[in-house]
Amino acid sequence: MVSTPSSVGTGVVRARRKRADDVAGLGRARAAAFVVPALLMIGMFLLFPAIWTIYLGMTDYRLTGLAAAHTSFVGLGNYTAAVGDKAFWNALQLTVVFVALSGVIGQSLLGFSLAWSLRRLKGWVRTLVESLALAAWVIPGSVNAFLWIALLDRRDGTLNTLLNTPGTAWLISDPMAMIVIFNIWVGTAFSMQLFSSALSAVSPSQLESARIAGASEFRQLFDIVLPTIKGHILTNTLMITLWTFNTFTPFLLTAGGPNRKTEILSVYIYKTAIGSGQLGFGAAISMIMLLINLAIALLYMRVGRKK
Amino acid sequence: MTIATRATAHRTSRTATRFVGRLGFVVFITVVSVFFAVPMIWLVVAPFDGNPTMSVKWPEWTLNNFHRILDNPYAFGSIVNSLMISGGVVALTVILATLAAYALSRVRIPGRDALLYGLLLLSSIVTGTAAMVPTFQLINALGLINTQLGVVLVMSGGILPTVVFILKDFMDSVPKSYEESARLYGAGPFQILRDVVVPVARPGIAFVAVWSVVQAWSNFLVPFILLRDPTLQPAGVLMYTFYTEAGQADLRLISAFSLVYTLPVVVIYFLVNRKFGFRFYGGIKS
Amino acid sequence: MVSIGRRKLITLAGLALVPGALDACSSTSKTASNTSSGGTKNVTLTITANAIEGGKNAAEAKWVADWVIPQFQKANPGVTVKFEPQGVNDENYKTKIALDLKSGKGADIIAIDGIWTGEFAQAGYIKPLKDVAGAAVDAWDGWKQIPNAVQGAVSFQGKVYGVPQGTDGRVFFYNKNLFSKAGLPTAWQPTSWDDVLNAARALKKLKGVTPIQLNAGTAMGEATTMQGILPMLVGTGEYVWADNKWAGNTKGLRDVMNLYKTIYVDEKLGDPVLQQEANGRDSSFQEFAAGQIGILAEGDYFWRSVINPAKGVGTAPMADRDTVVGYTKIPAMKPGSGVKGQSFVSMSGGAGRVLNPNTKNADMAWKLMELICSPEGFAARAAGTLSISPRDDVNKTLLAKDPMLTYVSTEVLPITSYRPGLADYTQVSTALQQASLDVVTGTSVADALKTYTGTLGGIVGAGNITNN
Repeated sequence: MVSTPSSVGTGVVRARRKRADDVAGLGRARAAAFVVPALLMIGMFLLFPAIWTIYLGMTDYRLTGLAAAHTSFVGLGNYTAAVGDKAFWNALQLTVVFVALSGVIGQSLLGFSLAWSLRRLKGWVRTLVESLALAAWVIPGSVNAFLWIALLDRRDGTLNTLLNTPGTAWLISDPMAMIVIFNIWVGTAFSMQLFSSALSAVSPSQLESARIAGASEFRQLFDIVLPTIKGHILTNTLMITLWTFNTFTPFLLTAGGPNRKTEILSVYIYKTAIGSGQLGFGAAISMIMLLINLAIALLYMRVGRKK
Repeated sequence: MTIATRATAHRTSRTATRFVGRLGFVVFITVVSVFFAVPMIWLVVAPFDGNPTMSVKWPEWTLNNFHRILDNPYAFGSIVNSLMISGGVVALTVILATLAAYALSRVRIPGRDALLYGLLLLSSIVTGTAAMVPTFQLINALGLINTQLGVVLVMSGGILPTVVFILKDFMDSVPKSYEESARLYGAGPFQILRDVVVPVARPGIAFVAVWSVVQAWSNFLVPFILLRDPTLQPAGVLMYTFYTEAGQADLRLISAFSLVYTLPVVVIYFLVNRKFGFRFYGGIKS
Repeated sequence: MVSIGRRKLITLAGLALVPGALDACSSTSKTASNTSSGGTKNVTLTITANAIEGGKNAAEAKWVADWVIPQFQKANPGVTVKFEPQGVNDENYKTKIALDLKSGKGADIIAIDGIWTGEFAQAGYIKPLKDVAGAAVDAWDGWKQIPNAVQGAVSFQGKVYGVPQGTDGRVFFYNKNLFSKAGLPTAWQPTSWDDVLNAARALKKLKGVTPIQLNAGTAMGEATTMQGILPMLVGTGEYVWADNKWAGNTKGLRDVMNLYKTIYVDEKLGDPVLQQEANGRDSSFQEFAAGQIGILAEGDYFWRSVINPAKGVGTAPMADRDTVVGYTKIPAMKPGSGVKGQSFVSMSGGAGRVLNPNTKNADMAWKLMELICSPEGFAARAAGTLSISPRDDVNKTLLAKDPMLTYVSTEVLPITSYRPGLADYTQVSTALQQASLDVVTGTSVADALKTYTGTLGGIVGAGNITNN
C-alpha cells in the first residue's frame, strides 16, 4: 500500500505515462458528472465573456463617444493597428523581459533555493522565512504597492536610508529592475511552496545512498532531485508565466512610467481600455496576449517532453 | 606526512567546507528574510503615525487613524463582505474543482488536456480589463447586478481553470494504491473521493483554497463594476475611497485601512496552514 | 503532469475565435430603470456621485444624506430619495456610470465631470435636459444666476445637458517666505512668462528650493494638461481646439514646449525627475507645503483641500497657509498675447449633474435637481467644504469667508477658458502630456512635436489638425 522508496523515481515516470488509470472505478459517465458542474460554471462565466471579448476585438467598440453608439465591425483592423503601434511592441518587449526575469528566473530560482535550503530545517527559522515570503504573497496588491512606494521613495524611502543614497529615485532611474524585484518579492512564495512539496516527495533513501556513494550536493541535485521534480518545474514555470503575463500590480507602483519604461502588456491594455475607452482595441490586444501565452505553453510542453 | 596528520588535515578541510557552507546558508537566509521583511515595515508603522508619509519614520504615535476607520460607516461591513465573497468563491471553486480534478485525473476524457490548457489560457483574458463589458452585460442579463452572488460567480468562473489545473496535478500524485484497496473493500467512487482522496490531497486543497482567497480578496474590478450598494462592497473596493477628490491618497486612512484589510487574509492563511499544512504528502511519508 | 497535443490546443483556440451568435448578446438590454413607477405615490429617486461618507468627497455625501434627502422627502411626501455613493478614481467612476447608462440603468441624477459631456452625449447615454424633463427646465430661475461660460462646461454642441455644480480656476501659488529670502516682492503679479522665469531664477539661488513646478509629463495625467500645458497655451493666444481643428505643430505649442525646455532642461529651474514619478503630484504638494517649492501652478483645489490647515481637511496641511502662501493670476506670454487679447489667463473645469434619460420620473427628478441647485442647496453644501459654486448669488454671499476663492471667482473666472468636451480630448490630452514629457527628459522641441502631431493624426485624422 505504501509506495516503496526505490520505486518512486521510476514510478513517477511510469505513473505519468499511464496516469489515467481508473483505479476508483469512476467510469466515463460518472466522471463526466463530476466534471460537468465545473465546466458549466466555466462555460457560463468564463468562456462566454471570453468569446464575446474576442468578438469585441474585431470591432471599434468604445465605452463612450460616437463609436459606443454605432459600433462597427472592423475585422482584423485592431490587430493590424496593434502591429503598427510602437507602443504595442514596446509593451510586448517589456513583458517578455519582465516575465523572464521576474517570473521564470527570479521567482523560480529564489523559490527553489528557499525550498532546498529550508527542506531539512525545522523550527522557528523555517517558520519565519516561510511566513515572511507568504505574507508578501497574501497581502493584497493595492497594499503591496504602497509598501514598495514607501520603500523606494525618492525623498525618505527606506531603501535610501538603508543604503545611504539620499535622493535616489529608484523608480525613475531603474524602473524595470524595480518592478522585476517587486514581482519576485510578491510571487516567490508560490514557487517555494510548490518546490518544497515536490522536494518532500524525493525519496530520502535514494539521496542517502547517493550521499554514501560520495555524490556532492550539486550532483544529488542534478542527478536525482531535478529529474524527479521535472513535472513540478513545468507546472511552476507555466503558472508563473501566465500569472506574470497578466499581473497588473506594477501599474500601482509606476503607472507604466516613466515614459512607458514599465508599460507591460497588462498595463497597456488597461490604459487603452479604461484610460482611453478603446475597448475593442483592448480586447484585440488581450487576444494577442493569449496567443503569445499559447505559444509559450506549447514551447514548454515540447521542452518538458523532450527531457 | 603521517596518516594521522593527513586524516586531521582532511577533517579540517571538511570542517572548513562545512563551515563555509553553513555560513553561506546563514547569510542567504538572513538576506532573504531582510528582503521580504523590509517593505513590510511601513505597514507596521505608518498606521500608527499621526501624519504618515511615503517613508518609514519614527511615528507620532496615535490611534486616531483607526478611530477614523472605525467611524467609517462602511469599513467594518466591507471586511465582512470580503469574507463572504471570498468564502463563496472558495466554497464554490474548491468543491467544483475537486470533483472535476479527480475525475480528470483518473479517467481519460477525450480532449482533456487541450481543454485544461485552453481554459487556463482563456482565464487570463477574462480576468483582465478587456472583458469588463461582456461580464457586466452577462450579469445584468441574469439579473444579478448588485448581488454578491454575481460577484462570486464571475470570480469563480475566472479562477476555476487554474484551481482545477493545480488540483489535478495534486491528484495525479496521490498514490492510487489507496483507492485500489478502498475499492476492494467495496467503497463507491464518491466515497473513495470523500474518504480517501480528499484527506490525502487535503494539503493541496488547502493550498488552492488559500490561493482562491488571495485572488478574491484583492480583486477590485469585478465587485466594483457589479455592485452598486456600498454596503455590499468588499474591502478591496473600499480601499479606493480613501483618496481625495483629485485622486490623492489620504495616507492616514489608507495606512490604517491597509492593515485592517491585510490582517484577515494573513490570519486565514496562518490558520489554514496550521490546520492542514501546504504539503502534498502530508500524512504518507514512507 | 499533463501532456497535450498541439493540434488539440490549436483547434481549441480556433474554436474560441468563432464569433457566432454574439451579436444577439451585444444588443443593449432595455430593462427598466431601477425606479419604481406608479404616479407620484411611492416614487423612488436615486442620486449618484463619486462621493462617499468617510472617504472621497465625504462632505458631499454627508450633504446629500443630511440635507438633500430629508428636505426633498419632507416637501414631497411619498417620494423616497436614495443616494448611491461611489469612491474611486475618475476613470473608474466614468466607466461604471457609462456601463450603467449603456444598459439602460443607473441613478436618476448622475454627477459627471463636465469634460465627459460630449462623449456621453455622442454615445447617446445622456440627452439635453430639455429633452428629458421638458419645459420645466427652461422655466427654472436658476439659469439667470449661472454664467454662460459655466453652463458651457456641461454643454455640448450648444445644448445644455446638465446643471453645473461648481467650477474652479488655475493660478500661480507662491511661497512668500521664499520670495522675501530671494529678494522678491511678496505681493507678486507677473505680467509675462519672462517675469515668472526671472522670479524663478532669483529663487534658484536659495538652497534646497525648487524654484518652480509647472506640471509636465504623463505621470500626472490630466493635471499636466490642465495646470501646465493648456493655461500656457491660452497665454499664447491659441486654443487646443478651435474651428473644428486640433492644435498640431503650432507657434503657440512650440512656445509652450520651449517654456518647458527653459524651465526643466536649459536652466534647471524645475525638477524634471519629479515630473516622472508616479505620485509626483502628491510629492509636489508635500514639497510646497514643506517650503521647498517657490512657485506652483495649481487650481484652487490646492488651497481648499491640500494645504488647508483645518483639522483633517488638507492632505498636506500648512498651518501658516494664510500668511505664507500667495496666489496670483497666470500671465499670458506677453501682455495682451493671450486668447481674446487677454493679458492674464486661466483654465477651468466644471462638474455637473445630468438627468438619466432612462428615468421613469423625469418631472420629479428635475424637481430634485432644482432643490439641489437652489441657493439653499449650495449654501448647505458649502457648510462642509467651501468651493466655488456655479451661481453668482451664492458666490457673492458664501465666498466672502475665503479671500482666495473670492479672488478666483472675481478675478480669474472672467478670464478663464474651458477644455473642448469631445471624446477625442482624453487621447489628445495624453499626447500633449507625452510631448511635455519628451521635452522635459531632453528631446528637442521639434522632435517632441513631430511625434505629437503623428499621434494626433492617428487620433483625430490628419485633416483635422492646425499647423502653422
